[in-house]
Amino acid sequence: MTTTPTAPALSAPALPLARGPLSAAVLAALRGGPLPDELDVEGADPFGDDLQLALYVCYELHYRGFAGVDDDLEWDPALLGLRRRLEAAFLAALRAEVPGGGDVAAEIEPLLVEHVDAPGVSRHLRRRGELWQFREYIALRSLYHLKEADPQAWVIPRLEGEAKAALVSVEHDEYGAGRGERMHAQLFADMMRELGLSDRYGAYVDVAPAPVIAEVNFMSMSGLHRALRGALVGQFAVVELTSSPGSDRLVRAAERLGCGPATIGFYAEHVEADAVHEQVVRHGILAPLVAGDPAMAEAVVFGMQAANLLDARLSDHVLAAWHAGRSALVGPLPEHAADA
Amino acid sequence: MPSVPPEALPHRVVVTADGPILVEGPVEVELPDGRKAVSERPVTALCVCGNSRRYPFCDTSHRRRVRSAREEER
Ligand code: FES
Ligand SMILES: [Fe+2]
Ligand SMILES: [Fe+2]
Repeated sequence: MTTTPTAPALSAPALPLARGPLSAAVLAALRGGPLPDELDVEGADPFGDDLQLALYVCYELHYRGFAGVDDDLEWDPALLGLRRRLEAAFLAALRAEVPGGGDVAAEIEPLLVEHVDAPGVSRHLRRRGELWQFREYIALRSLYHLKEADPQAWVIPRLEGEAKAALVSVEHDEYGAGRGERMHAQLFADMMRELGLSDRYGAYVDVAPAPVIAEVNFMSMSGLHRALRGALVGQFAVVELTSSPGSDRLVRAAERLGCGPATIGFYAEHVEADAVHEQVVRHGILAPLVAGDPAMAEAVVFGMQAANLLDARLSDHVLAAWHAGRSALVGPLPEHAADA
Repeated sequence: MPSVPPEALPHRVVVTADGPILVEGPVEVELPDGRKAVSERPVTALCVCGNSRRYPFCDTSHRRRVRSAREEER
């Protein structure tokens, strides 16, 4: 293997398949074609496959790009203009679905109570999940976890003082505290290979249903817009506050299913790390950030509520499919035995 | 090593109101049975409620548990 300055291009994924006119238009533009003027964004389902995939592809230009696609298209005015319309539709739909408010403490409280018999993917997997379901879940979560902590890193220059320092300390931990092999994204990749899944970035985008893509899009949107920095912190807080007990359930699921050390290890790491992150997020980030700033508090509450909503939609989708004995994926889980 | 406090500063230990004790790491925790638990994290959460499955580290087992019927489990 040779190392060249263009090595990162090796990890750029292939373009996904279109799911409707909006995503087809974006994909055609990335292949060098013009973007049509007449695109019906407002008539599309804001949570649907087509709009969400179109948005996802726009955002990926800011992360790793795509193989064979000009990196400069990241700042193409026509694509950015369309992205803006897609975002406006998604954001309006989210705002319409959540109650809003300005009481951050009231949003945090229920997240710190364990609802023993509540429905949820991790609870299902712990009690009676099957290995194929566990593998599907990991494949779906890979859209985020192979770039774990990256969407939240966008917010760093938009924060100040104590909140900034505390958020960076959590991100530092997510990025392996200075050790590449311990980055959470790397631990996730190790788990994927152990489970016989491909750890290639973007390998499962084509089989990811809209609720999975929407969750990642919300992080990217909130990270890329300074105006949504409060929402980003709210989203981050929900993940860090709920991850530790959820990860404990997945450790038990993995143990029960006879999974290997990388799989158990990824979730075990999150039980302990996120028990710490919860405290840092509450006391180090949220408290100073919203102190004396009601507008910021409202933004954080919106981010928390939107994250909860999208998580519930994802969970409902996955559990409904599994309870019906179906796959939660858009198509069959691709087998990647040939992947090097 | 940004995770280690500069020499002159003492390690910060935070006692939280509702959960673990946070200790700036890395730390080696010695248990009564002689077992040693090591945490290389920048901050470690030590369980003080005694319920953690990963004792001496907090796993959020200190959280209140309820059933959907809303009656307390403990
Ligand atoms: S203090 Fe958190 S589990 Fe004991
Ligand atoms: Fe993590
Ligand atoms: Fe975390």
